[in-house]
Amino acid sequence: MARIRKRSIQLSKLCSFACCRSSSQDEHAQIGQKGYSRVVYCNEPDSQEQIRLRYRGNYVSTTKYTAVNFLPKSLFEQFRRVANIYFLVVACVSFSPLAPYSAPSIILPLVVVIGATMAKEGVEDWRRNLQDIEANNRKVEVYDKSSCSFRQTKWKDLRVGDLVKVCKDEYFPADLLLLSSSYEDVVCYVETMNLDGETNLKLKHALNVTSFYSSAESLKEFRAVIKCEDPNEHLYSFIGTLYFDCQQYSLSPQQILLRDSKLKNTECIFGVVIFTGHDTKVMQNATDPPSKRTKIERRMDRIIYVLFSTLILVSFIGSLFFGIETNNDLSGGNYTRWYLRPDKTTVFFDPRRPAVAAFLHCLTGLMLYGYLIPISLYVSIEICKVLQSIFINQDQAMYDEVMDRPAHARTSNLNEELGQVHTILSDKTGTLTCNSMEFVKCSIAGTLYGRGMTEVEIALARKRGEQLTEQAPIDASESKKSFKGFNFRDEHIMDGKWVSEPQSDVIQKFFRVLATCHTAVPEVMGPDEIMYEVESPDEAAFVIAAREVGFEFFARNQTSIKLRELDPTSGIRVDRVYELLHVLEFSSARKRMSVIVKNPENQLLLLAKGADSVIFERLSKEGRAYEERTKEHIEKYSEAGLRTMAVAYRELDNDEYKTWEQEFLKAKTSVSADRDVLMDELACQIERDLILLGATAVEDKLQKGVPGCIDKLARAGIGIWVLTGDKRGTAINIGYACSLLRHGMKQIVITLELPEILAQEKEGDKEAIAEASLNSIKLQILKAKSQVTEESSTEFGLIIDGKSLTYAMDKNLVNSFMDLAMRCATVICCRSSPKQKAVITRLVKSVTGRTTLAIGDGANDVGMLQEADIGVGISGVEGMQAVMASDFAIAQFRFLERLLLVHGHWCYRRISMMICYFFYKNITFGFTLFWFEAYTSFSGQPAYNDWYMSCYNVFFTSLPVIALGVFDQDVSARLCLKHPLLYQEGVRNILFNWPRILGWMFNGLLSSIIIYFLTTNSITGPAFRKDGQVADYSVLGVTMYTCVVWTVNCQMALSINYFTWIQHLFIWGSIAFWYIFLVVYGSIPPTLSTTAYKVLVEACAPSILYWLTTLLVVIAALLPLLSYRAFQIRFQPMEHDRIQIQRRRPESTEYDATQRRLSESSEARTSSELPSEVRIRIDNLKASSKRKN
Amino acid sequence: MTDTDRGTQRDRDSAFYLFTQQNLPACKPVLTPEWVFMTFLFIGFIFIPVGLVTLRASHSVVEIVERYDIGCVPEPFRINKVSYIQDDSIPKNCSFSFKVPKYMKAPIYIYYQLDNYYQNHRRYVKSRSDKQLLHGQNQHGISSCQPVEVNNDRPIIPCGLIAWSLFNDTFTFIRNRAELKVNRKNIAWKSDREHKFGKNVYPFNFQNGTLIGGGKLNPRIPLSDQEDLIVWMRTSALPSFRKLYGRIEKDLDVDDVVVVHLMNNYNTYSFGGKKKLVLSTTSWLGGKNDFLGLAYVFIGSSSVTIAVVFTLLHLLSQRH
Repeated sequence: MARIRKRSIQLSKLCSFACCRSSSQDEHAQIGQKGYSRVVYCNEPDSQEQIRLRYRGNYVSTTKYTAVNFLPKSLFEQFRRVANIYFLVVACVSFSPLAPYSAPSIILPLVVVIGATMAKEGVEDWRRNLQDIEANNRKVEVYDKSSCSFRQTKWKDLRVGDLVKVCKDEYFPADLLLLSSSYEDVVCYVETMNLDGETNLKLKHALNVTSFYSSAESLKEFRAVIKCEDPNEHLYSFIGTLYFDCQQYSLSPQQILLRDSKLKNTECIFGVVIFTGHDTKVMQNATDPPSKRTKIERRMDRIIYVLFSTLILVSFIGSLFFGIETNNDLSGGNYTRWYLRPDKTTVFFDPRRPAVAAFLHCLTGLMLYGYLIPISLYVSIEICKVLQSIFINQDQAMYDEVMDRPAHARTSNLNEELGQVHTILSDKTGTLTCNSMEFVKCSIAGTLYGRGMTEVEIALARKRGEQLTEQAPIDASESKKSFKGFNFRDEHIMDGKWVSEPQSDVIQKFFRVLATCHTAVPEVMGPDEIMYEVESPDEAAFVIAAREVGFEFFARNQTSIKLRELDPTSGIRVDRVYELLHVLEFSSARKRMSVIVKNPENQLLLLAKGADSVIFERLSKEGRAYEERTKEHIEKYSEAGLRTMAVAYRELDNDEYKTWEQEFLKAKTSVSADRDVLMDELACQIERDLILLGATAVEDKLQKGVPGCIDKLARAGIGIWVLTGDKRGTAINIGYACSLLRHGMKQIVITLELPEILAQEKEGDKEAIAEASLNSIKLQILKAKSQVTEESSTEFGLIIDGKSLTYAMDKNLVNSFMDLAMRCATVICCRSSPKQKAVITRLVKSVTGRTTLAIGDGANDVGMLQEADIGVGISGVEGMQAVMASDFAIAQFRFLERLLLVHGHWCYRRISMMICYFFYKNITFGFTLFWFEAYTSFSGQPAYNDWYMSCYNVFFTSLPVIALGVFDQDVSARLCLKHPLLYQEGVRNILFNWPRILGWMFNGLLSSIIIYFLTTNSITGPAFRKDGQVADYSVLGVTMYTCVVWTVNCQMALSINYFTWIQHLFIWGSIAFWYIFLVVYGSIPPTLSTTAYKVLVEACAPSILYWLTTLLVVIAALLPLLSYRAFQIRFQPMEHDRIQIQRRRPESTEYDATQRRLSESSEARTSSELPSEVRIRIDNLKASSKRKN
Repeated sequence: MTDTDRGTQRDRDSAFYLFTQQNLPACKPVLTPEWVFMTFLFIGFIFIPVGLVTLRASHSVVEIVERYDIGCVPEPFRINKVSYIQDDSIPKNCSFSFKVPKYMKAPIYIYYQLDNYYQNHRRYVKSRSDKQLLHGQNQHGISSCQPVEVNNDRPIIPCGLIAWSLFNDTFTFIRNRAELKVNRKNIAWKSDREHKFGKNVYPFNFQNGTLIGGGKLNPRIPLSDQEDLIVWMRTSALPSFRKLYGRIEKDLDVDDVVVVHLMNNYNTYSFGGKKKLVLSTTSWLGGKNDFLGLAYVFIGSSSVTIAVVFTLLHLLSQRH
């Protein structure tokens, strides 16, 4: 760095971002005390003092486990589940004589199941580990004092106190103190996308005292000590003091460069490492998102409890009978069942102590009937959900080719919740709209400029039924200059024509304001090509508009803005430099922004733009020339769904400015708590007596396919709430544009902008206002409610503003408000703050008790996303923060339709079917054991060989159920989208309600009875083969087990609707595997295979009776479900049954089916159902009859 | 994926693409009324004939069942049968006769049937040592044989409750004053004889204890040839069971009178068990068992009924 640098103290003094210079303020006084004890010896990482402090290195590990603690920690995680604890206890007890089966046979499945889950954890952690390795081994240039040069070092070897050099577009390896940069005024730009998701550039500024150290040679002499706060998670605060040259300098966040942010627009910077590794702010911030559990999972836990109770009950019954039988072994001093040697027995079978024996037997029973609890349920569900997520991620229909972004399921455990969404709460900007602003119209000096229609206008016109003939297509010559963010067409302005307009001086001023009053940073990409880094897309639209008209903003530094302007008199383009004196920044409270500049003519100008209401307040008497007309225009613009901004300016008097500037600088450098208030007041002082120039109108374009998507979602019976900060008019119009508000829908508006309230507001008695507002809202809600009840057949749209909402959230009113809101198809909350968004979300969730989905794209939606049951982030332009807080990320709003109606529905159906089936198969199996028990005087002898049992959950029934959970489709994706009403199955949870769950359990019980009694009666007793052999214990076990495997797998085949080769392979493969297993297991030596030795080959296979029994039992066990399904599908079909049958039917009968559905549903409709549903059906009907015509 | 391999037509047709898009060619069965009708009717048409054939096979089997446990106790002891059976001084021989109701074609299988005898009791089933049965005395691991594993500190071969309670009633059959030869070979499973019971393992220290359970074994015959033991050791599934005793390899004619001489040694009296003697021929299906055939016919006819009821309801509701 041998560049010659000019030191220019004056420049940085003028910088609007000047640092706090005052030392010994309140917070800085705390340095050295508790919480502020960190000491950094700059450039001396090897010094004794620094080493003694033992700060952590820069090595970062985000993994959950390490190689050492993986085993214990992940095991611990596994055994936090009740079911796993149970199986562990069973496995431990299985070594005792209590166990009805051998210990390895119970341990193996447990090991398989736990191992599978742990492997999954391990793989996930390994991926994190790879990321860590990548980050830890990145290179950075670190200063080496001995050689006076920089040398490449790995990030992980960085130490506190090191001096580093970071170049353009590199990430900062740790939290650094900025010493100097390649800019002469020691600033640098950083992008904090990874921290807070904001894509705009932030300016950082070093202390002037350190700015000298900008080359390797000069750094050799650099010695300083930093005392500062301890590591904490506050990204936007930093308190510290630099001890340099026997002086103290206060440090603020302005000098701190945070790890994981990126250096932009700056050649390179030098910095001192302050926080390393896990001490850095970004790592301190890394907390796990709140974990969410689905309703199905919660209900599943309850089912597990039901099964546990069944287990205990069954064991109790068993041990009761066992006690009685054991007691009977000793009758009147004689041992009855002498062959059991009751005289020489252990405590487990002692007829002299039957109570004890019965109690111990109860424990045996708990182990034996443990098959009622599906051991592999959790792991199977987890596997399925991960695979489902992969399908969601892979879906080409949810892949945005422009942005190259596929959908991304960030958590896999909410998949089925996607199928149960009752209410969607949506952000507007960036979610429904693109958030790419287009400058479309403006009003300058009371004249309208810009033609062409916005989407909202088109929608409104369509609503009025007008023919859109005048909508002339934009011809080729006009569209040649089509830029993102610019859609302004007016021959009076464009191509320098504005010069000949009557008010050309106002037009000139107007665009000068647009070209200077902003915080954009230009980036010259090539000749005639300039990109702008901006904080908000509105600003980009303004700057681009100004450029296109002829006021090209092309360079900025801390003190000046350079424009290339068209000179109206000479008609050539000249460069003009505006000296930038102050920037009074935009904030949501101020709703305006202004800059103070000195133009080349040495005039002091204050240029301002802001919300119309704010600007109009501050106009001078003579500045109101165009007020009336502009107001009219603004009104018109906002009706057309445009975002408006008023533009004004003021010429400043030199003396006035001087006095003001002094006060302002004083306020700025003070560090007292009321600094911001003071600065606001001062800004107010100067931003007055403005002269109105005009207003801009920017269109927030609707995202592609939004109206269609919203229409589908509404037809699926999902309530949609839009929470926006827009004005009511804009919000309503956007509502129409994206078909949230539809033709024939009645609007209910709840507002406080009523004459009586406004009158009271003028008086200013706050309590009176509050009371009057509350009463007014109450009245409005009650009135609306009665209206909704009266006209139950019409759809309603509720529009409420943020202020009214605060009153509607009053705890006396909230229930009736929510009641009202739930009966409306659409709710639009305008003028709501981010916090209100989260509160509403929580309220909807808690009042309805149904699943809510929040969708948003910006940092202001994070609260909402985390509060909702499901948070969906739009990975659009506004950074990644919403995505980081979300559970699912999609690139465009319209993908929500497919995510919910297709993936949501499928996942819901799959998971609920899967759980039901899991319980079915385990109950079937568990109860055959119980019935057999009853015939062994409840002694605890299992009906099957130990290893058959332990393989049941792991091998013979696991894969088909996973195939069900991953692949099953009741109807195809196309039909899911065509019949949105199908989605209501999930919302009403009819596939996982208690009757259905208990129905499956009952089916399991029935199957077990059929299997046990048909098998025993068919095969035992007389000879079961031609050679006179009788069926013994082992043959019965094999036969029954064969029947169980066949039955549960065939039930599966009956319950799924989608057979690909995978399903065929898994289902029939599982059955085939049972026979293969039997042959293999039967051929190993009899001391190991015991009762299974050659049992299939020698005993069962040659017996015709065995095969006939299998056929009989399987068909008999399937018959109940088959007949139930047949009758139910024909006479009480569910939505998916209807669609499946419709698909099969020829075209002519479809009409009848629809009509039948209609009449049925209107009969069956209860008051609790959405009234919209009928109308939807009518719509469907109309559509289908039209198609026929 | 890069842009180049996304979306080309060839990729879109590839099986992997269809798989990831969940669009694999699939069969989607739907229970339409026609299918329901056909399915149930089909089940009926398969099951009823199978049931009838099975019933026919079952009826072709001739089976004679004679209960003898009470008849073999002399009148004076009928009140206290246990004392009779436990008293060694009382001779246990007994005889009865029966008439053959139908022509019985050889081979005629002889079974003894025990009722209310829990050979499937956990304590009983576990009380054996497969290792010892195969390898003999050298082997350890007879702890599973409790409570009959050692006597006088020496291991019992074969150990365990099952062997100890070996059934020991014996039967001889006389027709027309000539003894009917009973073949008692090959009554056990071949795999049991060859792989579960050792050829060099001889009974040792068996039934030498104070309490003698069931039958004794000839210590000079290896376990693999002790077929009664092998049959007995193959425990039954349910508390009522038959076990093969032997085969008569001569036909029996109608009205042949067969006299049975038996030694009524085995104690079923103390737990109220029944003892029966069964002579039975077999069909291609096995013994006499009407249940399977009846069940087939029942399931078949129910499914035909369901098919008819369903179709009627379907047509009725369509008319309305």
